[in-house]
Amino acid sequence: METESHSPWYLAYRRLLRNRLALASLGLFALIVVFVLAAPLWADHVAHTGPNTTHTTQKIIVDGEKREVVDIEGKPIGPVWFGAGGRFFLGADGGLGRDEMVRLMYGGRTSLFIGLTSALITTILATILGLLAGYYRGWTDAVITRTLDIIWSFPVVLLGIALGTALAVGGLKIGPIEMAGNSIWIPILIIAVVYTPYMARPIRGEVLAMREKEFVESAVAQGAGSLRIMFGELLPNLWSTVIVFFTLNIANNMLLEASLSFLGAGVQPPNSSWGKMVSLGAESIYTSPLLAFAPGILIMLTVLSLNVFGDGLRDALDPRSKVRLTRAEAAESAAGGAI
Amino acid sequence: MARFIVRRLAGMVLVLFAVSVLTFAIFNLIPNSDPAQRLAGKNATPTLVKSIEKDWGFDEPLPVQYFETMKKIFTGELISYGEELNVEERIVEGIPASFSLAIGAAVIWLFFGVLFGFLSATRAGGWLDRAITVGSVGGISIPVFLIATLFLYFLTYKVELFPANGYVPLLEDPIQWAYHLILPWFTLAILNIGFYSRVLRSNMIDVMREDYVRTARAKGLDERRIMIRHVLRNSLIPIITLFGLDFGATLFGGAIITEVIFSLGGVGQYAADSIKNLDLPPLMAITIFGAFFVVLFNALTDVVYAYLDPRIRLGTSAE
Amino acid sequence: MSPAPLLSARDLRVGFATEGGRLQAVDGVSFDLAAGEVLAIVGESGSGKSVTAQTILGLTRSPNAEISGSVKLGEAELLDASDAKLRTVRGERIGMVFQDPMTSFNPVYRLGDQIVEAIRAHRGDVSKAEGRARAVELLDSVGIPDAERRVDDYPHEFSGGMRQRAMIAMALALEPEVLIADEPTTALDVTIQAQVLRLLERLNRERGVATILITHDLGVVAEVADRVMVMYAGRVVEEGTLDEIFYDPQHPYTWGLLGSLSRLDRPRPKRLPQISGAPPSLLSLPAGCSFRPRCPHEFAKCPEMPGLEARLPDAPGHCDRCWLGAEQKRAKREVGGQIGLEAPA
Repeated sequence: METESHSPWYLAYRRLLRNRLALASLGLFALIVVFVLAAPLWADHVAHTGPNTTHTTQKIIVDGEKREVVDIEGKPIGPVWFGAGGRFFLGADGGLGRDEMVRLMYGGRTSLFIGLTSALITTILATILGLLAGYYRGWTDAVITRTLDIIWSFPVVLLGIALGTALAVGGLKIGPIEMAGNSIWIPILIIAVVYTPYMARPIRGEVLAMREKEFVESAVAQGAGSLRIMFGELLPNLWSTVIVFFTLNIANNMLLEASLSFLGAGVQPPNSSWGKMVSLGAESIYTSPLLAFAPGILIMLTVLSLNVFGDGLRDALDPRSKVRLTRAEAAESAAGGAI
Repeated sequence: MARFIVRRLAGMVLVLFAVSVLTFAIFNLIPNSDPAQRLAGKNATPTLVKSIEKDWGFDEPLPVQYFETMKKIFTGELISYGEELNVEERIVEGIPASFSLAIGAAVIWLFFGVLFGFLSATRAGGWLDRAITVGSVGGISIPVFLIATLFLYFLTYKVELFPANGYVPLLEDPIQWAYHLILPWFTLAILNIGFYSRVLRSNMIDVMREDYVRTARAKGLDERRIMIRHVLRNSLIPIITLFGLDFGATLFGGAIITEVIFSLGGVGQYAADSIKNLDLPPLMAITIFGAFFVVLFNALTDVVYAYLDPRIRLGTSAE
Repeated sequence: MSPAPLLSARDLRVGFATEGGRLQAVDGVSFDLAAGEVLAIVGESGSGKSVTAQTILGLTRSPNAEISGSVKLGEAELLDASDAKLRTVRGERIGMVFQDPMTSFNPVYRLGDQIVEAIRAHRGDVSKAEGRARAVELLDSVGIPDAERRVDDYPHEFSGGMRQRAMIAMALALEPEVLIADEPTTALDVTIQAQVLRLLERLNRERGVATILITHDLGVVAEVADRVMVMYAGRVVEEGTLDEIFYDPQHPYTWGLLGSLSRLDRPRPKRLPQISGAPPSLLSLPAGCSFRPRCPHEFAKCPEMPGLEARLPDAPGHCDRCWLGAEQKRAKREVGGQIGLEAPA
């Protein structure tokens, strides 16, 4: 009897397709991305306003009735839904009377952009450092690992706060790289650096293990140089780990950015992100709770969808990875152990 | 074992040194503005800036700057210019609240984390397992500020079940102390309950496949004894290392946000206020103390771990 | 008339549902174990020998395992026994020793404590002190020096051979009637192997504990066994007394196993013969005799599954599963002056 042979990627792809929960999460994430990408469309055609435009003294017509955007006591209008044709869909934010829905969409763009970009940077940095440390070992490894250890010693949020606040005042200047204090790249770089040790260590571990295997030996015997081996032989075997880490890292980074921005050490004005919106909303939590909940829930949904999808990816790429085990699989391994 | 401890402590000292250097770099080197100006904060007058420059040695070479800075921090002479108070004193005032929060939360998350992880693992694949897994993934994904604001709104305002803010010292009134801390405790704990239950579940499922569990069964031990004395006992050991890493991260991470939202007045809130005011000296001190605490706590948990695993405690073997 | 066997299995079948399909690990295995007897079950990995052994004690029970047939200890049926019943048998009436002594003890508890645990699980009235004394006795009886001190040591402080002896001691702590040893020497050095085998042989002789010895190494068998059962792909392909198997083997697989042994009493062959090919995947067995793909003597009748029968008139206990006639077998098994299996054409 012949068995068809498929590449491990194809098999992983099939396994992923069977995981409906993971697919649903991916769908949720895609939905959120579409939501924030639609910001300019919504702003121009539905809400007719921008994320920073204030409407404190304005009045709008809601279901035929004239209402103030911000009333005399400073309380903003609550969710109007489609009562005013889409304007102030979720109400106005605080005393400034800005359109909350528009802010939500634009803020989301910032949050997602920071999350994705920093995750990309972390992944690239961590992979390179992990490869170098694991392959060369000796001094290279010692230097890299010690440096990562030092960064690792700082609690993540604390390090982010330290860097965020210090850099917010005067901006950053390292050699040719110069950034203003409120550049969006500062939180991106901070978050990327802070999480690098968490990814670099496991990658280094895998490289150390792989290094001893025969395919590396044979590549060396064929006269392949170090770079060829690292990027031609080792890296291809790291892809599954890297992809899973990247996905999960986006979630971590978004959470960190939200926490930092909540505390004021993340994005600086005039930029805004979901985290910042939560801190603003928390000021009027009792009168307008939605202002704090909406961005918070969106952060949660994004992070949740990424975590679940990341888990599903990990299961698909490495079914023996022990995160989830159904009864059937547990039994199979009892069988496998006994034979 | 003694050799292990000594080696670990020696390594730790080096890390602490490196941490102090990095903190110095973060606050005084990397940013692109005048360090004295930065430290002076919001109410910076030219005379103040000048005196700071002299006091901290910013006109001197780097090693001197470093030394001056460290001296200030570690001799308790650090002053926040904007607020005009002694940083270390304020930090010490805030410690009881912060530690009450973190330790209480830790007890809760360890208890429930282990409980749910155990239930999940022993009923792997069943409905309870699936429910707990879903809950765990959810718990890991909820940002601390969302839980805190939800609790605040629904449990202190909509339904006035708990107080919204304030910290009551333990010695003053234990009941009020706990009452004010219940919501903050659970806010911090929920995230970690999810994480720990998954880790324990995964560890236990691995251990259940080990040969010595099969031996235990072949000896005729009952399932309960096997699960607890063999599986759980061995699965808990890695959790200790994890806790070592986590406690520091939570104390100086999620705890800060929780303190802010519930106005607990601890070290975290002090940090948050300093951020708002762009007041750097307190942040410098809190950062370095925070990192020191993490390093020390890690070293401690490593030692505990080594003690619990006889293979490390006694050194390897007779082969 | 021989007395009723102590342990007897009838038509034991164990199948597992796996991701790749249904896997029949054990397909109709029967055997008898008389009191005090040593039965060796021999086969390569995948032959089903370990599954057979573990099924006796109910260690293979799981939601996707299908177990049928009968395994009786005296009058008690074990296969469908309740967990509670099974627990009274495990350790108490049947003791088991596993392959890898490194991983078979829990690393965080003292060795002595683990032995005491085994004792007190069945004899609740034994105090810790009494248990410890008994553990010292046991360690001493299997030849571990300085037992009084070593009983408080941790497993990693013992060498592989000592650990295996300790395992055997623990398995015999409650003086069971049967000892199952699943590849007890495979993970050990050759010199230590000999020691452990001698220990098993001594224990069998001195205490009369019936032993089932699982192994892939026929050389090990020759020292200790009374009877031998050869398994392949989940079925028994030959069984008989030690002499019958070694001097008059009837199945080509057995010839292959014997041929691959290095023997001190014969001239050294130029190359150690091996059985060519590999054990079949249990998910896709060939029709008829499972050994066909590797057998150089395959002929027209082989696609029909041979039954396990005694084919020699004066050896009613010697059964095999091969269609070849007795004369043919005697001829074909001589390869280069000794028993072996020639390579297929």
